[in-house]
Amino acid sequence: MKRESLNVKKVLIGETEITKIIDRMVYEMIEQFSQLENVAVIGIRTRGVVLAERLVRRIEEKENVKLMTGAVDIALYRDDFCKGLTSPKMGPSEINFNPEDYHIILVDDVMFTGRTVRAAIEAVMDYGRPKSIKFVALVDRGHRELPIHPDIVGKVIETGIDDKVAVFFKETDGEDKVVLG
Amino acid sequence: MKHLLGIENLNKDQIMNILETAVHFNELNQRLIKKAPTLKGRTIINFFAEPSTRTRTSFEVAEKRLSADTYNIAVSGSAIQKGETLADTVLNLQAMGPDALVIRHSVSGIPQLLADIMDCSIINAGDGFREHPTQALLDAYTIWQKLGGFEGLKVALIGDIYHSRVARSNIYLLTKMGAHVSIAGPGTMIPKEVEKMGVTVEKLPKYAIQDADVVMMLRVQNERASNLLYPDIREYSRYFMLTPELLKLAKKDALVMHPGPANRGVEIDDVVMDGEQSVILQQVSNGVNVRMAVLYLLLGGSDK
Repeated sequence: MKRESLNVKKVLIGETEITKIIDRMVYEMIEQFSQLENVAVIGIRTRGVVLAERLVRRIEEKENVKLMTGAVDIALYRDDFCKGLTSPKMGPSEINFNPEDYHIILVDDVMFTGRTVRAAIEAVMDYGRPKSIKFVALVDRGHRELPIHPDIVGKVIETGIDDKVAVFFKETDGEDKVVLG
Repeated sequence: MKHLLGIENLNKDQIMNILETAVHFNELNQRLIKKAPTLKGRTIINFFAEPSTRTRTSFEVAEKRLSADTYNIAVSGSAIQKGETLADTVLNLQAMGPDALVIRHSVSGIPQLLADIMDCSIINAGDGFREHPTQALLDAYTIWQKLGGFEGLKVALIGDIYHSRVARSNIYLLTKMGAHVSIAGPGTMIPKEVEKMGVTVEKLPKYAIQDADVVMMLRVQNERASNLLYPDIREYSRYFMLTPELLKLAKKDALVMHPGPANRGVEIDDVVMDGEQSVILQQVSNGVNVRMAVLYLLLGGSDK
């Protein structure tokens, strides 16, 4: 989604709250996943990678561990490749390890229809068969079109199907906020 | 963009978009499983009415890595040999509902004709003396990866410019991207008024190669009666073959390129072809990335 052309109706979550939400997600991840050996955290391009980097940094600080990380681009795996207006812009996938040895945690900024997660699961599977795949998102805006459920969600927000929800991160957009457009 | 008919009608941004997209296929092409489901269920016909090893295989590899269903047609073995016209053949092919047709033909302008009469995407894989856009794109990709850009580069293009669609596409592309192209070849192989394409014409290779960043050799095309344009193959080699001595005139570490198939010992010396500066086989590897990018960009989306 083009953030510059977005007509912002309302700021749903501000910077302070995002920090708190991410803090809570870090604790939940440590609680739920710490018994797992060989965890790899893979962000879904673009904002999922930013969120994954933040989560990993905090978990590594708190637990004094080193996690494997990666990034996945879903452009080649979209189920609407022939239906959109133009080909989606591609980014690089970076999975420099064999997923077969790892429990994978996929990370994205927004959970919506579930189609992005499906595509990301397929993309990861093309590198090998992971031990398991979990999914973590900052916000869940509902309107699922596939039987996919996140393992950890920062915040659930009520939205209309035509609403646009955009996450801004300091690293990519200069500030932290979640807006409705 | 629906078709890729030539470089002539592309702008700088469209060219860079193809090259930047091609970079991302590098990673896919180095994986253990070199396949993505992107073009699953899409049909691509490769219609090569002229011989081809590299380009046809490269297109087919690119198509299959994106999961398209591919069909290959050659003139021998097709109904063209029974007297069917090209237009009738392709209209029959269209009736089978392909999403794209990759065409190579000895007549210039055939891809444009097919684009006018067919509904699917047309990709030019070389038409007569006119254009070979994916070759120029993979050459550009190779230069861009190795040298980081185009602005201010000097590219020497040596050989049969007149008959070469590779030369024409490369001249369009490189001059659009801000490189300077110097050409040299026997006088009979230099098209009239080629300077209007923005190139410098030199009498001998040594002037074109002097301080060049890239030396691109062209094949002597005997099937296109190149042999009538020079007195003797030995004489051609003596003046126009890229030798280690000639290459020394170029910049240190200048790239040596050839679109293939090469005539060893005619336009390029063995030592140069297999030498450290040669990126000829990398051009071939890059061809797969670039063709995947072209297919990806042309076949995505419903709004053609």
